[in-house]
Amino acid sequence: MSKPNVNNPFAITANEVRSRKVERFVCFITLGMTWTLILPVLVILGFLFIKAWPALSVSFIFDNPEQNMTAGGIWGPLIGTFMLIIVSLLIAAPIGILAGVYLNEFARDNWFTRLINLAVVNLAGVPSIVHGLFGLGAFVYFFQMQRSLLAASCTVAVMTLPVIITSTKEALASVPQPFRVACWNMGASKWQTIRTIVLPNSISGILTGVILQVARAAGETAPILFTGAMISSRIADSGWASMVPYGLEDRFMALSYHLYIIATQWQNVPESFKYGTAIVMIGLVIAVNSVSIGFRIYLRSRKKW
Amino acid sequence: MGSLLGNYLFRWLIKQLQDRSEPIIVCIIYICGWSAILFVIAIFLFVFKESLPALTGIETEIAVGEIEVEQLDLGEFTTSPRWIPESAKKPAFGILALLVGTLSVTVFSILLAVPLGLGAAVYVSEFAGNKTREILKILIELLAAIPSVVWGFIGIVVMNPLITELSGEAVGLNILNAGIVLALMSVPIIVSVSEDALRAVPESFREAGLAMGANRWEMIYKVLFPAAKNGLLAAVLLGIGRGIGETMAVLMCTGHSVNMPTSLFDPVRTLTATIAAELGEAVRGDLHYHTLFLIGVVLFAFAFIINLTADLVVKGIRNQGNV
Amino acid sequence: MVNLAQAWAEKYQAERSEITIEISGGGSGVGISSLTQGLADMANASRKMKAKEIRRAKKEFNLDPQEFTVGKDALAIYVHKDNPIEEITIAQLSAIYEEGGTTNTWTELGVTLAGTSNPKIVRISRQNNSGTYAYFRQHVLNDNDFKLGSIDLSGSADVVSMVEKTPGAIGYSGMGYATDGVKMVKVKLDDDSASVAPNAANVINGTYPISRPLLIYTPQTPTGTVKDYLDWILGKNGQTIIEEMGYVPLK
Repeated sequence: MSKPNVNNPFAITANEVRSRKVERFVCFITLGMTWTLILPVLVILGFLFIKAWPALSVSFIFDNPEQNMTAGGIWGPLIGTFMLIIVSLLIAAPIGILAGVYLNEFARDNWFTRLINLAVVNLAGVPSIVHGLFGLGAFVYFFQMQRSLLAASCTVAVMTLPVIITSTKEALASVPQPFRVACWNMGASKWQTIRTIVLPNSISGILTGVILQVARAAGETAPILFTGAMISSRIADSGWASMVPYGLEDRFMALSYHLYIIATQWQNVPESFKYGTAIVMIGLVIAVNSVSIGFRIYLRSRKKW
Repeated sequence: MGSLLGNYLFRWLIKQLQDRSEPIIVCIIYICGWSAILFVIAIFLFVFKESLPALTGIETEIAVGEIEVEQLDLGEFTTSPRWIPESAKKPAFGILALLVGTLSVTVFSILLAVPLGLGAAVYVSEFAGNKTREILKILIELLAAIPSVVWGFIGIVVMNPLITELSGEAVGLNILNAGIVLALMSVPIIVSVSEDALRAVPESFREAGLAMGANRWEMIYKVLFPAAKNGLLAAVLLGIGRGIGETMAVLMCTGHSVNMPTSLFDPVRTLTATIAAELGEAVRGDLHYHTLFLIGVVLFAFAFIINLTADLVVKGIRNQGNV
Repeated sequence: MVNLAQAWAEKYQAERSEITIEISGGGSGVGISSLTQGLADMANASRKMKAKEIRRAKKEFNLDPQEFTVGKDALAIYVHKDNPIEEITIAQLSAIYEEGGTTNTWTELGVTLAGTSNPKIVRISRQNNSGTYAYFRQHVLNDNDFKLGSIDLSGSADVVSMVEKTPGAIGYSGMGYATDGVKMVKVKLDDDSASVAPNAANVINGTYPISRPLLIYTPQTPTGTVKDYLDWILGKNGQTIIEEMGYVPLK
């Protein structure tokens, strides 16, 4: 300890100066670490975008792959991914939301509930290829769906379930208890309360979770590899058939699988197409995630309690 | 008069519908609530069921009266590095090299991701101003959104040339490549769970530390880290789980080579990539097919153990009354 | 053969608007496996079905697989364009690729590489669902197993693009996948034979040692739309496409 300055006992000591230097140093280092993580990714994304630029155009999005994947666009895979997302969410959202309702509103605080929560966490951690194996064994073979949009959607639905359950649970938990008590005091039943007050007030939080999973469903490849994805088929260029080209029992093209194929197994695909497909995928998930983030910010600003 | 009656009748009908249906709806809610357990058990059961024939033996009739039994040799499965399932002479089903591949890529990615992720979490939680924090959290969330196959693509077109340029190695598809890509993929979850853990430490802890004369850094590593250690450990475990379970990115970046690696620049193959690459070819009923499912069981077991540990570790927070 | 299948399908669907052809890929193994399980009407393969596969198709799935040769191909040995090597024997290939084979560096073959100081031979191979893989193993390695540690890629095009980027690499793939960045090495049966270059003429006259048939399998004797398509492939239109894609037509 250095001698205190008798003229001004509150003057900054050498220790303090060193201490502040250490603090600033650590702040600098951790900031550097943060940028080490973010900056390379931004640079890589920029690089991908520049390489993709020659291919990006309206026709790239809306045309089907032509001339042996060397020309045209990615419409077939794009619409396939959309349909996969829609069908899988139609399956996962109701089950997931109602499960979240159960966990937050009905479940008692006992070992069984703890087991369910453990199951949700475990479901979230299952590797995506194991989901694919499950989909193959259960939906394709056991339930006889064969390789189809339906089987793939069911597989993706099981994969996206945990996050929907968790975010519903949290959204419901953020609705203040007095809201519910007031309803019960007025003679409403539990479900009536949930239906009329709790759910409407937590809908943004629920939607945030659901939208996040849209992005995940769009990006995953492993679950659909063996449950329904195919390389190509005739897709109509216009009309209703081009908007809904796959039936539930058909195999389908998907953006993620398409990128995998043209990046590793196809000849003569222009480089810009591969980058273009990657950029479209990234753009899709970023757009969807931005909607989800926007929702979160809107939710926070709108809360009246 | 008639319309008033009709009005009451209508309202009575609706109310009857709502009242009668409520127990049904509640019943559906209960079932949905239990569905998570159902699905986890179902996943395990189906994958295990499809893998059983590998363990119990598959009988095929080669010629009239002549039955050949194929069975997996568990000893070979767990200890041999030779994975040659479609050999013309003698198939070998050893997953040791695949296991080492998975572990080496995962461990390397954790070694990169944990320090950086922790540092970023510390910055975001302790040093950043409110506006900066929001922006950084959004950026990191967007990082998490990049799909696995795009990361694989990045590994091929960006990391591969980078590695070959900078190191002079022949091929850039190796542990280093996959490890870096996997690290960038695991970082968002490590950062967000760590940041949650740090934020969960009450403000009073920080104030107490600072009041004692510690500077921010001393307060962080002497007060916050011990207090949040369970959450931080959970973050690392979740990052490991992500690494072990990743499929497409490692399929495209590791070089997909059955190999016991001796350096970071060696190509390897992971358990997940093996399933993804070979399941299409294996005919249902074949030893190869059922062994691939057995690998799925192994992966499921890994993920289960890691998640269970992470969950118990986080529960430790509540039990110790730290936060 | 997946690019070939796509090219055929596009042309055929353009001519016959009422037909839809759905293509899935993954290698000869995937095609044959799908056929055996009744999931495909046609399977393209660059290797013959194994006895075991035929037996299963007949016994368990009640099918009678029919084989049709629709073209030929040379299995070319690719090296980087700056690699000075010009010819190689089957025995040397075995020593490089076979389990227990002792050749691991280019210096052992008497070759000094231009673009790198590392003499290691980087073996590029295919994943085991590939017909190319199976054919190479059967005809070059005599059914012995591959040496572990090769880089196993998922597509024929992939192999060539990897060899393009790697000065010390060697790989095998269909000759139709050649690009300007690679060189196709002439193959000799043994030290005393003449070395033969992979091209259409040498495949047809049978002098190139590792040429393979391109096959299509059907679950039963083909009828109806499948038969029409098969006839079209075997006819002038289909065979022209085979030539355009760099393979060798039947005649």
